[in-house]
Amino acid sequence: MQYITPLWPAYPELFLLVMACLILIVDLFISDDNRVFTYGLTQFTLAGCAILTFFTGNAEPVYTFSGMFVDDLMADALKLLTCLAVITILVYARAYTAARGMFRGEFFTLALFATLGMMVMISANHLLTLYLGLELLSLSLYAMVALQRDSVQATEAAMKYFVLGALASGMLLYGMSMLYGATGTLEITELAQSSAEGVRAQAVLVFGLVFIVAGLGFKLGAVPFHMWVPDVYQGAPTAVTLFIGSAPKFAAFAIVMRLLAQAMGADALVEEWRQMLLIMAVLSLAIGNLAAIMQTNLKRMLAYSTISHMGFLLLGVLSGTIDGYGAGMFYVVVYVLMTLGAFGIILLLSRDGFEAENLDDYKGLNQRSPWYAFLMLLLMFSMAGIPPTVGFYAKLSVLQAVVQIGWWWVAVIAVVFSLIGAFYYLRIVKLMYFDAPLDHAPVTASGDVRALLTVNGLAMLVLGIAPQPLMVLCIEAVRASI
Amino acid sequence: MFWFFAAILVFAALRVITARNPVHAALFLVLAFCTSAGIWIQLEAEFLGIALILVYVGAVMVLFLFVVMMLDINLERLREGFWSYLPIGAVVALLLAAEMALVLAGPYFGLDEAPRPASSPAGYSNTKELGRLLYTDYVYPFELAAVILLVAIVAAIALTLRRRKHGKYIDPAAQINVRREDRVRIVTMPSEKQD
Repeated sequence: MQYITPLWPAYPELFLLVMACLILIVDLFISDDNRVFTYGLTQFTLAGCAILTFFTGNAEPVYTFSGMFVDDLMADALKLLTCLAVITILVYARAYTAARGMFRGEFFTLALFATLGMMVMISANHLLTLYLGLELLSLSLYAMVALQRDSVQATEAAMKYFVLGALASGMLLYGMSMLYGATGTLEITELAQSSAEGVRAQAVLVFGLVFIVAGLGFKLGAVPFHMWVPDVYQGAPTAVTLFIGSAPKFAAFAIVMRLLAQAMGADALVEEWRQMLLIMAVLSLAIGNLAAIMQTNLKRMLAYSTISHMGFLLLGVLSGTIDGYGAGMFYVVVYVLMTLGAFGIILLLSRDGFEAENLDDYKGLNQRSPWYAFLMLLLMFSMAGIPPTVGFYAKLSVLQAVVQIGWWWVAVIAVVFSLIGAFYYLRIVKLMYFDAPLDHAPVTASGDVRALLTVNGLAMLVLGIAPQPLMVLCIEAVRASI
Repeated sequence: MFWFFAAILVFAALRVITARNPVHAALFLVLAFCTSAGIWIQLEAEFLGIALILVYVGAVMVLFLFVVMMLDINLERLREGFWSYLPIGAVVALLLAAEMALVLAGPYFGLDEAPRPASSPAGYSNTKELGRLLYTDYVYPFELAAVILLVAIVAAIALTLRRRKHGKYIDPAAQINVRREDRVRIVTMPSEKQD
């Protein structure tokens, strides 16, 4: 028998794994003063991974490892974006972690292993690998949240995250076991086939689907499974919050697509999960936007805003059309860009022994640093969905997809809650431009942070004016994969 | 034979959660593992049965017992608030159980749905087949599980390893390599005038 499978589709993952182990060892021999070397090696690894992903990419899906691994256009695009996002995170987080004793080898290796977990999830074609990738990501994240061990808040956040994450994994596994019971296979392509043909135990399949959707809801942080999001966002060190809030959403979107749109993509089943997602989406939009108004802590406010963004993402997915999935993917990309920028500004204004996490800390930012205030303005406009920023286009395309399937009233609800949500985004703009500063410390940043933040902020404007290429890429990626 | 093992298993499992003494609970868990290993061996899954005894009874439970005996667990504190949460917890649990029972007691999970597998020929090695699958078809998840264990090690060390702050430990190499400048600081001071 022939057991040799082509390895090349998995080159990015293999490279990342080898380099992560290498960095783990090399870091032992580096003194604290030269920790920058570990940082450089980590960035090199991620960049190499992105390049490998780009060059091993292909339009047609390729399966390897006995059909457990798939390399298709959606996987390539999402993996490339994940690598770029993690690179950006590490650049933004560098000064912050260095000031708080977190600029250590473990931080980087855990970040690399988390990235590996995300890439495994994105490329999973088997429920087993999907679950293992998820656990790899989650375990690394729990550890990263708790990395600041002397902080009571961080430990509490890690504990909550861990317990609820374990519960969500349990739900997901139970749902998967039901799917296996109903269809007799764990492979996503085979699951899609047998669920399209219709299985005898349809009720068991739907029963499993309920648990899967609940588990996904936990991981995405959609209402009513959102309790952990604000506490973890606030309690974790800001650099880790940035990590949790951004790149893993690509992987979460990928598993939503693989589990719901691909494996359970038969029309009868789409009808079933659409109802479940609809409840989650509308509740997320409502509670996320309403609760965010009352927050005085910016990290907590952004946590609630994440919940509402996840509601929008689910709206795109539940339309069940290629356009809807594409709009969902576009939304995720834009969401990650906005989150990177917003938390990048928080990290920039924080310094040794000071966390710029209260809304009052942003008063009069325009007088302290007009350029960063302008970038934050762009990011907030984009989050609120004000044209010509890209956030407007992302929301518009999701709403278009929902209207296409004739759900007018859902679109109306989404617009109303976005209007309510605009209040708390614009409040930050008001604080920055029309209030007197309370804090007069100069805003300093190294050149790479300044350049990346500028690119990140201006991307809101550029993508907003010319969203078409990215949109086309998203729709093509989804079309090639589903 | 199955009913014999099953009865002991259910009894032991019930005692695990009802026993007041945590050591007793752990010992009942050992009993539960042993009987379920017996059931597995009856199902011709001898490798799993033996692995269960070796790994869980031999290693995990022994560690567990150590920890339970060493920690002084205050049960009264754990039981605080138990009664105030009981009503709502019980209602939710009952609802969940009822809903699941409706599906699980349906026609899909009867004995007819799980026909007896064909018995394997003489000389068939379960263990060998498992190993072959693990290192061929399932090599990718197998390696991923290994990476997860590695992350667990890294995380555990990163979260618990602390250098002692006031340790009296001295590094001999540093002592030998010490230079004069490290220890002695020469301060130039203007000479003070005597009044």
